[in-house]
Amino acid sequence: MKKSLLALAALGLGISFAYAEDMVVKIGSVAPLTGSISHLGKDNENGALLAIEDANAKGIKIGGKPVKFELMGEDDQADPRTGTTVAQRLMDAEVKGVVGHLNSGTTIPASRIYHQAGVPMVSPSATNPKLTQQGYEGIFRTIANDIQQGSVVGNFAVKGLSGGKVAIIDDRTAYGQGLADETEKAVKAAGGEIVAREFTTDKSTDFMAILTKIKAANPDVIMFGGMDAQGGPMLKQIKQLGIGAKFVTGDGGCSPEFIKLAGDAMSANAYCTMAGVPLDKMPGGKDFNARFEKRFGTGVQIYAPYAYDATMAIINAMVAADSVDPEDYLPELKKVSFEGVTGNISFDDKGDIEEGAVTVYQYKDGKWDAM
Amino acid sequence: METLLQQILNGLVVGSVYALVALGYTMVYGILGLINFAHGEVLMIGALSALTTISSLIGVAPDLPPLLLLAAGLLVAIPTCMTVAFLMERLAYRRLRGAPRLAPLITAIGVSFLLQTLAMIVWGRNYHTFPQLISTTPLQPIDGVFISPVQISIILVSALLMFALVTLVNRTRLGRAMRATAENHRVASLMGVDVNRIIALTFVLGAALAAVAGVMFASNYGIAHYAMGFMPGLKAFTAAVLGGIGNLAGAMLGGIVLGLVEAVGAGYIEDFTFGFLNSSYQDIFAFVILGAVLIFRPTGLLGERVSDRA
Repeated sequence: MKKSLLALAALGLGISFAYAEDMVVKIGSVAPLTGSISHLGKDNENGALLAIEDANAKGIKIGGKPVKFELMGEDDQADPRTGTTVAQRLMDAEVKGVVGHLNSGTTIPASRIYHQAGVPMVSPSATNPKLTQQGYEGIFRTIANDIQQGSVVGNFAVKGLSGGKVAIIDDRTAYGQGLADETEKAVKAAGGEIVAREFTTDKSTDFMAILTKIKAANPDVIMFGGMDAQGGPMLKQIKQLGIGAKFVTGDGGCSPEFIKLAGDAMSANAYCTMAGVPLDKMPGGKDFNARFEKRFGTGVQIYAPYAYDATMAIINAMVAADSVDPEDYLPELKKVSFEGVTGNISFDDKGDIEEGAVTVYQYKDGKWDAM
Repeated sequence: METLLQQILNGLVVGSVYALVALGYTMVYGILGLINFAHGEVLMIGALSALTTISSLIGVAPDLPPLLLLAAGLLVAIPTCMTVAFLMERLAYRRLRGAPRLAPLITAIGVSFLLQTLAMIVWGRNYHTFPQLISTTPLQPIDGVFISPVQISIILVSALLMFALVTLVNRTRLGRAMRATAENHRVASLMGVDVNRIIALTFVLGAALAAVAGVMFASNYGIAHYAMGFMPGLKAFTAAVLGGIGNLAGAMLGGIVLGLVEAVGAGYIEDFTFGFLNSSYQDIFAFVILGAVLIFRPTGLLGERVSDRA
């Protein structure tokens, strides 16, 4: 105990020396640190923190001066309104770049504030296509968006499950509809046929009528764009109607909650997809997890590697531009290309990650299992 | 053909639940002229209190037969809902009985929010898995047409309860007092009817039906949460208007008709409109039917005699 206190004091001294000599560059991190997905939020923040510490250890010099990066972590509670409040707080504190937010719902409204302030933002986990379609310069993400996800779902349904006939249902939300539309395009592109396109709402519990109609069309695969609260009961009703088709849903259904709600209707015929790749399939995944665990005493949840890469993208762009001024390093951030933990990090002209990966999961032994 | 039969069955199951809930709306309206928008929340409280009872019983004695567990759930849910409805009438609506019509209506919406928020505090925001104690394994009475035991029991229990209620209202002393109160509070009270008691009883009876409907609804879909009462409540209200609000037989007919229209509408709307509309309009389809019925029969299918009211 005494030793660690001493170490802490030394660390504090070290930092205060650093303050005196180095140029301090603040980088913001926003994620829900309280509430039901706070474990994922902390994961993101730790990912960014690890990147900051790595960069500091390298002794980077910008504009001839040694640089000391500092992480300013904020909690957006996964709430859009809080998200914009803390975004403003970061701008007031003059951070030079932002890693976040976690949810699409908070990232989209906050991105407007970063855009107005001219500060680049890189989200490690927001997948809604709209984020990068707003025409804002300086908004990026290191994870595949729902357009990329939809094309994987569609392709997988036709080729992976050899389902020539696909029925699609969506819940008419921005997320569900977007994912379903992209899936539909991909199914057609892969040579499949859409035999039914049905709709429900994000408040419904009864899907018997649309499922009965789908049954008459005799599909090989049923795809649902929506959340687990509808998807679980839907799978149950598919079974109740004696439909033998396979079931695919997006990341909204890729949860333990889905498995709980679908109960005994779960089988190896249920699939879901999620943006990103599982840790052990990332190029630098194993090594990253080990270092992460050593530093924070807990393994990676989901998005920490993406947050690490997002932070590194900002830092690399600063180094390339030899400036920490957002105006100077933004052009470099657009051109950035390096081998990150999750794979190659480079952005297309909208700010989406190029070659964003999407993974398909199959239900196996009581959980979603990466294929 | 199997598809049409299956859709009719789907509609019957959903319609039976609507009908049971619609009875609660229509009874209260018949007697007070009040639309009790909080009635859908009573259904939710029924389902969630049954859930708590059943899961704690399973925790204590996991080997109890499923039907006994379900009965225990109902035995708790029904009195809970009755109490909620009684308090609702006593504390919120009774004071407003002479007030302009808008006041109790707004109060009802307020009570609905209050109950939802309370339920959110007690049971949390998450979806709960409701134990499906009656089998959901589908049977095939006709080739290609599926119905599960839980769905059969929903139709049967609803029919039985509706029959019991009609008998109560038309054949018993209590029923006669209810009908008298509906006709005219003051005259009824002059004839020796305790109007306050009858009104409270009306609320409580409607709540008991809603409790059963809630448990059946949750058992069928295997899901329960604090906002689950909203949609069935809205649909049941529509059903009550469709059948003729204030009229018991009308509420039942309205519920079944609405359920059938929804199912058949969702299934065939694309064919009817030559692909112009699709199933995202299934709710609109139901409301178009409602509009059409009200244009030709302003008081609903089995409309109440309007001249008696006011």
